Amino acid sequence: MTTISKVRYSRRSLLKTGGAALAASALPAPMVWGQETKNITLRQFGTGVSNLNEVGQKVKEELGFTLEMTALDSDSVTQRAATQPDSFDIADIEYWICKKVWPTGNLQAMDTSKIANYDKIVGIFKDGKLTPESTIAQGTAPHTVGFVPEQGATTFADEPTQWMTLIPTIYNADTLGIRPDLIGRPINNWSELLNPEFKGKASILDISSIGIMDMAMVCESMGEIQYGDKGNMTREEIDATFAIFTEAKQNGQFRAFWKTFDESVNLMASGEVVIQSMWSPAITAVKSRGIPCVYQPLEEGYRSWGGGIGLSKSLSGMELDAAYEYINWYLSGWVGGFLMRQGYYSAVPETSKEHMSDNEWGYWFEGKEATGEITSPFGDVLAQAGETRDGGSFYDRMGSVACWNAVMDENQYMVRKWNEFISS
Amino acid sequence: MTAETDTPTATPGPDAAARAGRRLPAGLVAWFQAAPLALVLGAFLVLPIIMIVIVSFWGATEYSIYPAFQFDNYEFLFSSPVTYKVFVNTFKYALITWAVTLLLGFTVAYFLAFHVRSLTWQIALFLLCTIPFWTSNIIRMISWIPFLGRNGIANSTLISWGVIDEPLEWLLFSDFSVILAFVHLYTLFMVVPIFNTMMRIDRSLIEASYDAGATGWQTLWHVIVPLTKPGIMIGTIFVITLVMGDFITVRFMSGSQSANVGRLISNDIGLLQYPSAAATAVVLLITVLLVIGILLRFVDIRKEL
Repeated sequence: MTTISKVRYSRRSLLKTGGAALAASALPAPMVWGQETKNITLRQFGTGVSNLNEVGQKVKEELGFTLEMTALDSDSVTQRAATQPDSFDIADIEYWICKKVWPTGNLQAMDTSKIANYDKIVGIFKDGKLTPESTIAQGTAPHTVGFVPEQGATTFADEPTQWMTLIPTIYNADTLGIRPDLIGRPINNWSELLNPEFKGKASILDISSIGIMDMAMVCESMGEIQYGDKGNMTREEIDATFAIFTEAKQNGQFRAFWKTFDESVNLMASGEVVIQSMWSPAITAVKSRGIPCVYQPLEEGYRSWGGGIGLSKSLSGMELDAAYEYINWYLSGWVGGFLMRQGYYSAVPETSKEHMSDNEWGYWFEGKEATGEITSPFGDVLAQAGETRDGGSFYDRMGSVACWNAVMDENQYMVRKWNEFISS
Repeated sequence: MTAETDTPTATPGPDAAARAGRRLPAGLVAWFQAAPLALVLGAFLVLPIIMIVIVSFWGATEYSIYPAFQFDNYEFLFSSPVTYKVFVNTFKYALITWAVTLLLGFTVAYFLAFHVRSLTWQIALFLLCTIPFWTSNIIRMISWIPFLGRNGIANSTLISWGVIDEPLEWLLFSDFSVILAFVHLYTLFMVVPIFNTMMRIDRSLIEASYDAGATGWQTLWHVIVPLTKPGIMIGTIFVITLVMGDFITVRFMSGSQSANVGRLISNDIGLLQYPSAAATAVVLLITVLLVIGILLRFVDIRKEL
């Protein structure tokens, strides 16, 4: 679906050229560790959200070793982490994938005493609370799978310990995207997705594990279903959710379902759809074509996701040291700034601040009006002076997370029901 | 692509056999001649299919598959109402696409073979038909999306002509758009074999038919259609197998809103449920083979070619 898109954010296309550019970067490495470190290569694989070519180049420049990156879809990532521990050194995975993969014992826990900025990592990833008053959202909240009691343990710890499973790298809060010019009135609730007013103009994503969450947010907002835990539904809850959406589908509520980033951009930009589940950079891509598009904050809150990097069990010796060095560098600010200027959040926001201008920090993190043009790290203009970020500050957005991406106990049942829904 | 294609050389005469016999027995030579193709087909067609059949009896967890011999995958497949719905949908697409491409393909081939007199023009026009096929399948399919969209060219043209007041919603992301894309993609597969057989029809038969007092329609129905049957059958096999095996056209043109068997398989693969995908693939393969078997009952392609 790249025909009519001029999306700059196509991470995959960046990554395709990534390997070649990485190999070609003949930048002289500073002689920090001497000759031997230069020969170290760490193999990282992940879903592509944070598998950015620029990161690899910077690692070569500043740390001297080579970071080889492979982008896969989340199903393949899960499979590889679970079945081929020797094929990677560093796994860049989401927290819900960690829940599935950790019990296989293919990853090793990280010693937090070796993580320089550990104390500055935001509370979401430690005790689960953004601020001491926060309540913890449903689903696979990162802190629930963030620690293990000791090295080698295959079950998770209930509270922060010295052993961390994943070092958080990137996270965000997702909501519905709307076309304010075509809707012409305020949208405040998830239930609007099934409002007959938008018959034939709504869309939802056709990725079962995330789509079911968005469905749950809608059903709960409509007052139809009260879930015990949206991240771990019972069969009855799953059935009830699909009943509501199947009826809506048969009444022609949906224009289409989307599976790829570009599809969601095209549906919105062409006006086929005016309200749909969407991801943050997709909104930016629509906006950069001069079409108004809002990442609408909703009363019920956000559906959030987070990723982190984990170490392969087979990593040891000098490679393990290099991996720690890489993690410390990752949290030291440059990567955080790079990601935050695209609208994501970094695990250690303080250190990222030094790598952003006051205007950028104010716009992206504090939710203030931009004092000048806001551009992405790739040079696209994303906002003009005077505009504010949809949803406001970091604490406003991450403070109202209703649910984290999750994997359910009844996952296989849910997937079958999802297939039925698509073909109904 | 023209009528002058030679029939494959006949079995070697006694001389050839005698010559070969000096070094190797005749039977062995034949085996050697068949070996390369047999090996290629064995390694890249038969073996993978055997693998698929084997895996279809395996079990799967969420992220791995394990060898077993169980009927769970088939049991689930045949007990789910979705399966039947999806198979019906697949047949519906195949049947409608077949009817439309046959009508179009036959008409185009007829025009090329009987109305265009010079061979040069026949070749030129035939090549013209193939030009769209120089671009990729996906591009040809996706280019329909902006054309058929709510604010697309088709709707805005119809509105400016005053034919309609409101944009037609069913143009895109519907069964209509799916079949339109199929017809666009696969009509050529009908044109080529039908044109090929038509070019080989002895023109004197048509003259004889007219001399005997038949009208144009009678000639078409009683002379040309029966003689074109092998071409129609080959085209039919192409179109039916392509449509029944497709998943990407259905996904894009229906906006992911309808499913055929191919999508069922691709969804399973996406979720790492390889054994279940393999079971569905086996059932689809058997279905398609049955359909082709039935078709071949009507025409003996070998005899007619």
